[in-house]
Amino acid sequence: MIALDDLDRRLLRALVADATLSAGALARRTGRSQPAVWRRLKRLEEAGVLAGRRVDLDLERVGFGVSVFLGVKLATKGRVSLEDFERAVSAIPEVQMVEHVLGLYDYRLRVVARDLSDFERVLRRRIMTLPGVGDVEANVLLSEERLPGPIG
Amino acid sequence: MLDDANRRLLRHLLDAPGAPVAELARRAGMTPATAARRLERLREEGILKGQHAVINWRALGYSVEVSLRFTLDKTNPRAFDEFLAEARKVPEVTEIQTFLGRVDVRLSLVARDMAHYQEIYRARILTLPHIADIEALMHIAPIKRATGLPV
Repeated sequence: MIALDDLDRRLLRALVADATLSAGALARRTGRSQPAVWRRLKRLEEAGVLAGRRVDLDLERVGFGVSVFLGVKLATKGRVSLEDFERAVSAIPEVQMVEHVLGLYDYRLRVVARDLSDFERVLRRRIMTLPGVGDVEANVLLSEERLPGPIG
Repeated sequence: MLDDANRRLLRHLLDAPGAPVAELARRAGMTPATAARRLERLREEGILKGQHAVINWRALGYSVEVSLRFTLDKTNPRAFDEFLAEARKVPEVTEIQTFLGRVDVRLSLVARDMAHYQEIYRARILTLPHIADIEALMHIAPIKRATGLPV
């Protein structure tokens, strides 16, 4: 774990807003030299703080009109291995995210589909047939925003 | 809608977001100039909305991640707007989503440890307006986080 100073926070905020900014552009924004900024970025990467990029697409216009979050409870705990479920669910291309959680559900999934009938197909043919799947709750995504988090 | 070349380009961009344009072009089987022009066009049209750095909160000492699912009191027509405006002010909130379903709103929240979570939960979450019900899912482990999309 590393401690952040003001410059680190400014760099992180700028990159969360736009990851394509070059070290030169970041240097101009922060009033530091390019090598100084580059060293900081290197340090943040090596410490694992900067963990890659997320490409933000207009999902509807690339053909995915529907995103659904599923809460999945396993029906036969102990009988079906978590590994089998995790391997099978991760292999479904429409499943964008799988998280093991603790609470009302065992897993949280994010699924993309062309439209609601496509989602129904994915749900019936691929999700409901997963080994050990029990209760499933679906919530259709209406809006989403990401915030910078506690680096402000 | 997208043509095949744009689909290819986006697929490779999603697979390797940090890759230089020349590399994306090579993988998508086009010249760097064509790839650059197409990407620029996708940006102008708003299909490619941007690229954002992903922060690993664990590396910054935030070891607790919680998914908070809210049902709101929808008898008040301003419930959503007022709830969202207040939720945005909580620094530890990293994502806000609204849904059609049993859950109305979901927040992702990071905290240093359970004591810190408890503190935020009491002081900043329970005090959010128009809450009818809250459920928490404690994040144990990410199993899959696809950067790609079946475009």
